[in-house]
Amino acid sequence: MTRQFVDWLDDRLGTAHFMKHALRKAFPDHWSFMLGEINLYCFLVLLATGTFLAFNFDPALTKVVYHGPYRLLDGVTMSSAYASALHLSFAVNAGLLIRQIHHWAALLFVAGITIHMGRVFFTGAFRNPRELNWIVGVVLFLLAMGEGFTGYSLPDDLLSGIGLRIADSVMLSIPVIGTWASFLLLGGAFPYSDQVGPRLFSAHVFLLPAAIAGAIGLHLAILWRQKHSQFRGPNRTEHNVVGSPLFPNYAAKSLALGVATAAVLVALGAFVQINPIWLFGPYNAYQAASPAQPDWYVGWLDGALRISFPWALHIFGHTIPSPFFPGVLLPGVLFGFLILWPFIERAITKDRQPHQLLDRPRDKPWRTAVGVAMFMLALDLTLAGSGDVQARYLHIAVNVINVVYRWGFVVAPSLGFVIAYALANELRKRGGVHEAGRVRLRRNDRGGFDEETIP
Amino acid sequence: MSGKRVRAIAAFLIVAILGSVGFMVAYIMHASIQLEGLALAIALVGFVCAALGWSSWIIGRDQVVDHINEYPSDSADRSAATGELQQAEREVSRNGALLKVLYVALGAFGLAAIFPFRSWGPAPGKTLFKTKWKPGSRMVRENGEIVTKDALNVDSTVTVFPEGAVGDAASQTVLIRLPDGMGASIDGYVAYSKVCTHAGCPVALYRAKEHELMCPCHQSIFDVVHGGKVLSGPADHALPQLPIEVDPQGYLRATGDYPVPIGPGFWERG
Repeated sequence: MTRQFVDWLDDRLGTAHFMKHALRKAFPDHWSFMLGEINLYCFLVLLATGTFLAFNFDPALTKVVYHGPYRLLDGVTMSSAYASALHLSFAVNAGLLIRQIHHWAALLFVAGITIHMGRVFFTGAFRNPRELNWIVGVVLFLLAMGEGFTGYSLPDDLLSGIGLRIADSVMLSIPVIGTWASFLLLGGAFPYSDQVGPRLFSAHVFLLPAAIAGAIGLHLAILWRQKHSQFRGPNRTEHNVVGSPLFPNYAAKSLALGVATAAVLVALGAFVQINPIWLFGPYNAYQAASPAQPDWYVGWLDGALRISFPWALHIFGHTIPSPFFPGVLLPGVLFGFLILWPFIERAITKDRQPHQLLDRPRDKPWRTAVGVAMFMLALDLTLAGSGDVQARYLHIAVNVINVVYRWGFVVAPSLGFVIAYALANELRKRGGVHEAGRVRLRRNDRGGFDEETIP
Repeated sequence: MSGKRVRAIAAFLIVAILGSVGFMVAYIMHASIQLEGLALAIALVGFVCAALGWSSWIIGRDQVVDHINEYPSDSADRSAATGELQQAEREVSRNGALLKVLYVALGAFGLAAIFPFRSWGPAPGKTLFKTKWKPGSRMVRENGEIVTKDALNVDSTVTVFPEGAVGDAASQTVLIRLPDGMGASIDGYVAYSKVCTHAGCPVALYRAKEHELMCPCHQSIFDVVHGGKVLSGPADHALPQLPIEVDPQGYLRATGDYPVPIGPGFWERG
């Protein structure tokens, strides 16, 4: 049976040679190499649940009067998008379960990407020859955020409408083209034309997922070609990869991880409420909610908008309004820095050699310090994004909290840099496997051990 | 491979079967999403445990070593590839003038491809510079009720629209009644655009004691006694104030549109 299958395929495509190697491909066994796989499995869960949702959802923004099982909104005028999201949540069997799994999977997808990116950054896995895949990874991160934001905007509930209004204001702040970009993308001035719902829908269910799928394909193809990097260890060199064979050993483990990811997402979807749109009500341009929180990965942008200075530039009769600096310039600089990091590091270290062996974070204290500083910056902004919630529970005025985070924007990364540098340096001085060199222990005739350094 | 381990894996798979059956039953009975999700999660956990058992107890733990030898290619191949490219370059660019025409043609086509984006929406024109308020527009509430000069108690607010444009996003206005003698009010009333000048959220929180409007999104605070000027937060300009008067019948009305564009800043705003 197996023989026939292999022969049949090989007669037509000549696959036997490839298969022979592919099935025995070495996958390093370190747990941190599985972080990226979580994202892959999240994406599969998102595709499956997303298809179910798309078949039960009407993105139109035309006004309808809701009649359905959710009594508190019965008889209320709202967009078809919001009405169909309510219908999906209350009247479609397992609809709310799938919707919540989808939302949790999206949150975990972006979280997994950031953690995976941290692993790659702190171990220097982005160095030659993997700069290309680093860039593909950063692009995937951006696409995932865009996909998340368009999905968040689809149900046309009060919070999603406010989020869209803020995004539109940021777009309006772009010099020269901002106003045109806003009018063309939204089909007119805010509160946008009825076309916005279907446009967001097309972007969310077709354009962005196709781009993400393509980028994942490229990410994996490059990985496959270049093979994995690996941590230092016995028999591991700059010219090989040591690990479990893909099939069946690694495949079984990876499958377990994938199903475990799905299990966690299903359990979250069943038991932990997420984005209860029926509590927010339909979007109305003149209504607001307080406190208002975006999904976690947008929090840093919202935080940046909150703590930025009230400065606008007026030049030659034109305006660059204040949201431009935290909303466009800051993310532009940060993502530019991320994309260019492999080249920045190469310019600093002058290290052009290809690397298969990874660093431990302590091995390169300054890189670790830069990474920790970036993390602290994101943390400060993300926390600033929920300042109103903190104000409510801490009984401190929210503008005081915002001033604290404004200082934190400078202080937190600086402190993070200094502390991380000092810690990594200290750990490095104490030595590790490869600084001390490998030693062979030999039992001597007195019953003790002699050390013998292996060159 | 002990029998105990085989039995354990079999048990996990039976759990997976039970979970799947449980989900089918829960689905048919329209059970709660908690029950449906629980059954599904149990099935998946069964599979996870079975796969883990299989991978650690049944499949051997061999290690393989792959050698990195597929790249970079050897220098002969690289030279050959470079040579091919250079040869192609020479052939294509044999006639330099023709190549320049090609660049212009491609540029023109690229430019043509940008044009259809124009069909996505209307030109901004003066849309962002005006609202539906006109001289004499009476103020109406969300429910269409016309606002009289006795409509509000001191220190309270209401969201109003120009008559005939209830719900219009750009025209949304917050009408506030201040204590007597405070600010440049008309019979105690001041009216401000409800669209935050920072990022466009409705400036929905009125702090009566301080006479401040606060935006719930990014916490800009505006002083309604002093022309809506920014007291704190990221907003870079004051809330536009609507010029109002009381008409002979005692209704509040606008004497004209907002003197400056409402809402967040933009390039053409000046």
